[in-house]
Amino acid sequence: MFLSQTDKHLSLWLRLCTLISATILALIIMFLLAESWPLLKHGVLTQFISDESWHPAQRLYNILPMLSATLLSTLGALTLATPLGIASAMFNRYYAPSFLASGYRRIIELMAGIPSVVYGLWGLTTLAPVINLWHPPGVSLLCAILVLAMMILPTIALTADSALGAIPVVFHQTAAALALSRWGTIRHVLLPLAKSSIGAGIMLATGRAIGETMAVLMVAGNVVQQPDSLFDSVRTLTANIALEMAYAMGDHRAALFVSGLALMLMIILLAGLAEINKRSS
Amino acid sequence: MKKSAFIILFVLSAAVWAYFTLTAPARQKLVLTGSSTVAPLAAEIGRLFESQYPGVRIDVQTGGSSRGVKDARMELADIGMASRTLKATESDLLSFTIALDGISIILNRDNPITALNKQQIIDIYTGKIVNWQAVGGSKAPITVVNKAEGHSTLELFLHYLGLKNTQVKPQVVIGDNQQGIKTVAGNINAIGYVSIGAAEYEAMHGTAIKLLPLNGIPASVKNVQNQSFPLSRPLNLITKKQPTGIIKAFIDFARSPEVNPIIEAQYFVPVAN
Repeated sequence: MFLSQTDKHLSLWLRLCTLISATILALIIMFLLAESWPLLKHGVLTQFISDESWHPAQRLYNILPMLSATLLSTLGALTLATPLGIASAMFNRYYAPSFLASGYRRIIELMAGIPSVVYGLWGLTTLAPVINLWHPPGVSLLCAILVLAMMILPTIALTADSALGAIPVVFHQTAAALALSRWGTIRHVLLPLAKSSIGAGIMLATGRAIGETMAVLMVAGNVVQQPDSLFDSVRTLTANIALEMAYAMGDHRAALFVSGLALMLMIILLAGLAEINKRSS
Repeated sequence: MKKSAFIILFVLSAAVWAYFTLTAPARQKLVLTGSSTVAPLAAEIGRLFESQYPGVRIDVQTGGSSRGVKDARMELADIGMASRTLKATESDLLSFTIALDGISIILNRDNPITALNKQQIIDIYTGKIVNWQAVGGSKAPITVVNKAEGHSTLELFLHYLGLKNTQVKPQVVIGDNQQGIKTVAGNINAIGYVSIGAAEYEAMHGTAIKLLPLNGIPASVKNVQNQSFPLSRPLNLITKKQPTGIIKAFIDFARSPEVNPIIEAQYFVPVAN
């Protein structure tokens, strides 16, 4: 490969930046390991999945219910927000009259900018009481899913929107020349072209949903249990850390770092799966 | 060229770092860490103290009573803050009560229940009673609100009821007082517990909660002050050694009648008269 002098400089800098990012990630993992070491060194890793509950004051450290709560709330939010987000982008690009489209886009951008704690407060004071009328206690897995879906919807909608917007106009012209219907063009030409960018947007949204702390802390109820239904209160790994970190000491603190480690592993696993998926397709 | 850029950057950051470390200790600094209940009070008292002792800066950090005790013992902080009395294992430390705080059981304002006895509260929190009908209320499931582990409010509450946290069967777990008040205000069938100061303030300002009496004694700031209310706790400053110098000056100041308006403004109860 031929590199000009400028390219060589740039390549060196880029490698340096990559190295720094990778080192920071490695340092974070090492830090998490070091902080959870007081508990891990006893060697019983299985206690994090086999203890009967999460009661760190009584030395019970089962994190499985929180792991599944994190997965379930993220999955639920994605199931709601993905079709809505893509539909919103298609509406904005291909169906909305132009005066509506720009205003609509502004609103979605505004939604993306609202701090998560505001969504949480709204969920706690408005959404949870409504769900409570239907099935107590209101703050629940369902409430968390709805609030998270609202939060990640703009991320998916905006990335899908710009992915569709980046498609060269020649595809539209060719589709029109072939007399494809509007929906046919979208379904068979434009969406397949934008697929990988939309996928990247969904990954971004997944990361946001998994990592969200304050909003979920306010609306999920925070009881550590395997939910039997959507109306049960759950606690996610991030909420667990935020709830207890300020007051934790000794083994309790180490157990919270184990939650952090579990969260980290989960995200690495997800990113790995997404990468494998991308390569195989 | 790259190398020199690096060196310049390094020298610059070293200079900035040196500037801040060398100039900072020019003022005397007093570090307080611990209970998030005591912290806002200590910060306000600190502000008044700073105005009277211009050379001193008070730095207040939260992290729970446990951290306050730990930091005082390891001398990471000059003064620790704890919203409880010292435990038997902590007798190597000294504590100075600056105010009192009570915990109140709160219900939604529209809940017809006006009083619960201790056994009923225990049965509700352990899941033996799951419907308000069983204690004379309307036919509706109870939403039990508990605090997250590590909070001294939880410790005091469990200690009063003689329960372990594994026995409590909550539907909702909350972090701070405000979250508890908002949860109960938004759910007519919820029962929770928060600091009396915060609860009384919110109830007076129209939030949809009410404070339950215990043993027939109304939950109020007044009854915490005369120490008749059973569910109350002291707010303590903690030191490892007999305080001297500026530390002693601050503790004496925090216990003087001069700070009573600050204590009352935060809905705590002063001890000094």
